This record gives sequence, structure tokens and C-alpha cells, in this order.
Amino acid sequence: MRAVSESSTPEAEARRIAEESRDRARFEEEVLELADQVYRVARRLVSTREEAEDLVQETYARAFRSWRSYTPGTNLRAWIFRILTNLNIDRGRREQRAPATQPIEEGDYFLYNRLEADSGAEDEERIVERLSQDGIVDALSAVPHDFRDVIVLVDIGDFTYQDAAQILDIPIGTVMSRLHRGRRILKQQLAEAAVGEEA
Amino acid sequence: MFDPCARCEEVLQPFLDRELSDAEHEQAEAHLDQCAYCRRRYRFEEKLRMYVRQACAEQMPPALKAKLAALRTPLY
Repeated sequence: MRAVSESSTPEAEARRIAEESRDRARFEEEVLELADQVYRVARRLVSTREEAEDLVQETYARAFRSWRSYTPGTNLRAWIFRILTNLNIDRGRREQRAPATQPIEEGDYFLYNRLEADSGAEDEERIVERLSQDGIVDALSAVPHDFRDVIVLVDIGDFTYQDAAQILDIPIGTVMSRLHRGRRILKQQLAEAAVGEEA
Repeated sequence: MFDPCARCEEVLQPFLDRELSDAEHEQAEAHLDQCAYCRRRYRFEEKLRMYVRQACAEQMPPALKAKLAALRTPLY
């Protein structure tokens, strides 16, 4: 028969449970500190406030349940955002694909060039003011999901290309190409809203 | 023929994302120092990004925050 080790004594077991409970509480606190950022990103991944609230609640319920799968010392933000994006993908929103009819071949300066040509102004401050905050939100929500996920993680979540690749489980080259195309689509939407269909 | 403005336009996004190598970053900066055309467009893009962040800075409803806190494991 195996000798009774220290770890199996009632005292050791009680100590282990207390330590685990402390670790868990600390983990939960740290994850909750990220809630504002998680909500801000979730809000732009889905269409409505209600959907965003559901998604964030689901994300936290899963994070708290699977806290043991987080390795202390690794990137907690990337870990929680991975849960968020996976859950969002699981919600069956994959039907929406990129519009095939919009070839986007113009360069990155085209939005500025369009707005400058339309307004006659040469000052970037005045040119950017032609875009309304509501218009930006609408334009972003018109970007197809695959592209929007990357824009939202990099521009609003402040993640590097590498982190975004890890969160979405896609190669870094795909992050770069989606970001590139997504931003072009966003600018095209903004140009159409500010200058009109003839933009 | 090499067109420095076209090259500068190509690296606009990774430049602002801070994803260029040091050498590439310096090369772009050197061009921006002497080219008002590209400089205006870079500044515009920076402001546009700021606008996007501001437009998306929606506060989390306090009730949601409370709901999330309630999902925590009770302490024994």
C-alpha cells in the first residue's frame, strides 16, 4: 500500500483548495478588469447592443468555467478575446461573405484624394471633419465579418498582427491581407457616404 | 521606375500599425520629411483612425458590468 504522502492529508488538501480558490478569484478579477475593452470590441463585431451584451455575458461565463485552461503569465487579453471571437463565429454568422462584386484596386490615399477633390480643401484637419462619427460606425458595420474582425481587433482592441492571428487562429499573412482589404472597404463606404455614389 | 510616393502609400498601413522593420520605418520617415503630399495623407489617415476609435468608444452599460461580476464563482 502506498504511504500516505503530505499532499493527501486533510490539512494539505484544505491548503490546496484555499490556494486554488485564491488563484481563481485573482484570475476572475483580472479578467473582469478587461470587460470594458471586451464590450467595446464585441459591440463592433455584432449589429446590436443586445447581441453585444449577450456575447459578452457568454464570453465571461465560458472564461470563468474554463479558467484552468489559461496558463498564468501568458497573454490574458488575447485569451479572453479568443473566446469572444470563437463564440461570435459559433453564433452562425458565417453566411455573410465578402461582396464579390466590388473590386477594390485603388490605393490607400484614395479616400483623402476623393474628399480633397470634392471639398477643395487642402488641410487634412478640415478634410477629416467631413466624416461624421455616425457615418464611421455605419461604414464599419457594412464591412463583411471576416474583414471587420481583424480591423476591430487591431484598431479598437489595439492588438498586434501576431496577436490578432493567434486570437482568430489564422496565419499572420491572412491578418494582413484581410486588414488591407477591410480598410479599403471601410474607406470606400466612407467615400460613398461623404461624396456620394459617384465617388 | 521607382516611385517613392507609391512606395510610401504601400507602407502606410504597416507604418501606422508599427509593424514595419526599423529600416523600413526610417525610410518612410525620411520620405515623409521631404514630401508634403504624402505627409498630408499620412496625417489624414492618423486622424481617421483616431476618429474610428472615438466613434467606437461606447461605454459598457453598468447593468452588464454587474451581471458579469455576478457570474463569478462565490467564495467559500
